[in-house]
Amino acid sequence: MKRTLQVGLPIALAILAVGFYQAIFVAPTEATMGEVQRIFYYHVPSAIMALLFPYVNFAASAAYLLIRRSNPLRAQAADALALAAAEVTLVFASIGLATGMLWGRAAWGIWWTWDARLTSFLMLWLLYVSYLLLRRFTAGGQTQTLAAVLSVFAAIDVPIVYMSIRWWRTQHPSPVFFGGPDTGIDPHMVPAFVLNVAGWFAWGVLLVTLRYQLQRKRQRADQDATLRALESTLQSVR
Amino acid sequence: MNYARTVWAHLQKDLRLEWRSKDALNGMLFFSLLVVVLFSFAFDPTMAVSRQIAGGILWVALLFASVTALNQTWTRELRNRVLDAQRMAPSPASALFLSKVLANFLFVTMIQVVLAPLFIIFYNLRAIGQGWLMLLVLPLGTLALVVNGTFFAALSLRTRNREMLLPLILFPVSVPALLAMVQSTTAILTGESDPGLWIRMLSGYDIIFVTLCLLLFETVLDAE
Repeated sequence: MKRTLQVGLPIALAILAVGFYQAIFVAPTEATMGEVQRIFYYHVPSAIMALLFPYVNFAASAAYLLIRRSNPLRAQAADALALAAAEVTLVFASIGLATGMLWGRAAWGIWWTWDARLTSFLMLWLLYVSYLLLRRFTAGGQTQTLAAVLSVFAAIDVPIVYMSIRWWRTQHPSPVFFGGPDTGIDPHMVPAFVLNVAGWFAWGVLLVTLRYQLQRKRQRADQDATLRALESTLQSVR
Repeated sequence: MNYARTVWAHLQKDLRLEWRSKDALNGMLFFSLLVVVLFSFAFDPTMAVSRQIAGGILWVALLFASVTALNQTWTRELRNRVLDAQRMAPSPASALFLSKVLANFLFVTMIQVVLAPLFIIFYNLRAIGQGWLMLLVLPLGTLALVVNGTFFAALSLRTRNREMLLPLILFPVSVPALLAMVQSTTAILTGESDPGLWIRMLSGYDIIFVTLCLLLFETVLDAE
């Protein structure tokens, strides 16, 4: 964990610092929205990360379900990765929702609208809250299997949610939503945008790695405790 | 014993248990009735408005009511460690699941049979669209609720405060199904749009999740 911090933290912070400088001081002010648009350099990377890490969670959960019998030790690692990815997804999704609302209030005059993209993003957030709640409410060895099953359900549900909400909203089009800021972007904005995506990606990977290592340590501590308890019962028998 | 006979044996047992106790049915019926009455007080709808909102109220009432029954469906098996015996039995686990789904499907359908006339009376409903399509929407929607509900009830069976957990994981996954049920029912009642897309979507949802639940049930049952 120390090594991860020593290597990862400077890299992530450096990219984020340059990205911050680019986004706040270098990138030109947007013509219609003004300074408010600069939140876009934080909102869009967070949203991208919140759509990226669920894939990690799903892949790790599926791997856990496949190998939990044949290779239980490797399966533990897959479960730790699934948990780390889920928690980081929730953080990025919350930031994406919060910054989106701030921007929406300034640009559209409303905090929230039940438009297709916002609603499906909120559904993603809800699914991951329920995933983490399930992990919290279960105890013992069943947590990992049950959580992995729910993750598979969520992964299959998300495309259906997305399609259904698009059909729902195309029947009642909402007038406030326009194409989105990424339809044609000033080339001077590109470095700020790319740097922030890269920076938040590095930050996300760092968080997932740290959380993964922490979970692995906890798993090992649990295994040691179980082993010690078993040994002490053996000694008392003797 | 072949698969169908195992399912039938489980189903018979569940129906007989319910027939003797009537716990789930009474609870669901009174609960959904209360929700209908309470919504009526809360919104005080006129005839035109009630046509717009009745679909939503009907399905939300059924969703809440079925959660109360779904919570009981597996706890019944915990008494005298019946579930452990089921896990050791050589019959396929999915047969047990399928019979539970069928039993719950029958219970919720019975609730609908009683609730539908009351709904029409209380909300002064008359379908402007093709009313017979409700005969398609109701079973499809019920299946969507019940299949995931039964699965998640089994999943949350051995957790702390399971009664709390079931709706928390069932509702987010059921959002597309709920959307399809409400939209198709509203489309039928108001006659303003075509419910075809939503009925097709509901069928697709049913097929996908029935398959998924049947495949993954054994994993959940044996999770320890």
